[in-house]
Amino acid sequence: MVTSTNGAHGQNGNGHRPSRLRDYSAWTLFRRGLDGSDWPRAWHDHDLRSSYDAVIIGGGVHGLATAYYLAKNHGIRNVAVLEKSYIGGGGSGRNTAILRSNYLTPEGVRFYDRSVKLYEHLAADLNFNVMFSQRGHLTLAHNDSSLRTMHWRTEVNKLQGVDSEVIGPDKIKELVPYLDTSERTRYPILGALYHPPGGIIRHDAVVWGYARGADAHGVHIHQKTEVTGIDVEHGRVTGVQTTRGRIATPIVLNATAGWSTLISNMAGVKMPVQTFPLQAAVTEPVKPFLDTVVVSGTLHVYVSQSDRGELVFGASVDPFASYSIRGSLEFTEGIAGHVLELMPPLSKMRLLRQWAGLCDMTPDYSPIMGPTDVEGFYVDVGWGTYGFKAGPVAGEAMAACIADRRPPEIISAFGLDRFLAGRLVGEKGAAAVGH
Amino acid sequence: MMLLPCPWCGPRSAGEFRFTGESGPRPDPTTTTTDEWRSYLYLQDNPCGWSREGWYHGAGCRRFFTVERNTLSNEVRATGGPR
Repeated sequence: MVTSTNGAHGQNGNGHRPSRLRDYSAWTLFRRGLDGSDWPRAWHDHDLRSSYDAVIIGGGVHGLATAYYLAKNHGIRNVAVLEKSYIGGGGSGRNTAILRSNYLTPEGVRFYDRSVKLYEHLAADLNFNVMFSQRGHLTLAHNDSSLRTMHWRTEVNKLQGVDSEVIGPDKIKELVPYLDTSERTRYPILGALYHPPGGIIRHDAVVWGYARGADAHGVHIHQKTEVTGIDVEHGRVTGVQTTRGRIATPIVLNATAGWSTLISNMAGVKMPVQTFPLQAAVTEPVKPFLDTVVVSGTLHVYVSQSDRGELVFGASVDPFASYSIRGSLEFTEGIAGHVLELMPPLSKMRLLRQWAGLCDMTPDYSPIMGPTDVEGFYVDVGWGTYGFKAGPVAGEAMAACIADRRPPEIISAFGLDRFLAGRLVGEKGAAAVGH
Repeated sequence: MMLLPCPWCGPRSAGEFRFTGESGPRPDPTTTTTDEWRSYLYLQDNPCGWSREGWYHGAGCRRFFTVERNTLSNEVRATGGPR
């Protein structure tokens, strides 16, 4: 496993970049500014072929990244990505765009660290500005037990070469002057897990960049194409039924969020997944004052300031399973109260809007990746509240899994068989809320 | 705000309750195999539509009961008695 940033890039980049991807540069911006011509479409519509070498269900960051790495790293280009709505309209466009790798288990830390490394070089790799801002990530501890877990996480992180440390209230105050670090509060801040490589990114750009990259390698992206059935004969996949006709294919990847149970059921595979909505909200834009990501597990809230100046708030999942993405007043009340406990000066801020996304929660707060009992049917699901930050590494690993017909080592702990074998991963301490 | 009809207390705000998950028959611990037990623990139907599930009225009568709820619209159709 390559751990240095340069090494990670070299391993992935292979020095190979197709010329069509080199469209965006200062020079082309200048030239198009002069002649006023239109920019070419970043990805194209195609007729549905009657067969593909592989079909990926779900046009989010996971599905598109898998298609991109299948084509780029493994030369498998006759691939279709099927999206029932528009690309990036599900979890990829509904998360709060926070990236980090300071998890609790060695499997988790190693996996998410690879993702952060890929994100660090994504803009150059895709020739698309994904606006990754590594501004540092603070997870606040309000009681002794969470402080103890943070020390534990720090040690696991250090062993895996990930930059994390536990800092006290004075240092927190320096990093986030508007945070109420006094002892008068209901939940005084005792310390924080500080993770400098964490940050925020523009999530739409990640989706569009992967779509453009995959398209340039010959992948077909089919939007407004819903999968209605998966054909399985004698225990192996033979094709998928869609609203635009049937596709024959030996390989199907379920890369959906929210609907992963329903898609897997079409192939006769049961999932240990429950779908919960997670709500988030954004305020009106103000001048920049918050240049770290602040997370509080106790208060169930995370706050960051976007490049446009809006404050982005997120919470933990709703308290009961549902496929409904309607917002609720309880959420707005709760999040406003918790944000104000952390940063009282924000009392005059106004919320612009709130939304919800669907999170497929697994019993051990870890994803389900790899083959299933149905030959040719792969899953990359169960991404709970941590799917977006894993997009690049999940795509890279699932592409390798499909090309080699077996899961690579980095995802070997996340197989579907772990539940019946009783080998759960136990990421709960780090993933239950934090981002 | 979602109202849940508690069989003992009447319609109350969902915030008073705790969701306990899909309800189904529990295998007999004396005769079940490890695989059956783990399937019961982990595998879910997770339906998009009508679901039969358990709730606990923690901030009220502190009793468990069963509800039929549409997981897409959050409409509640019927409640059962204690389980």
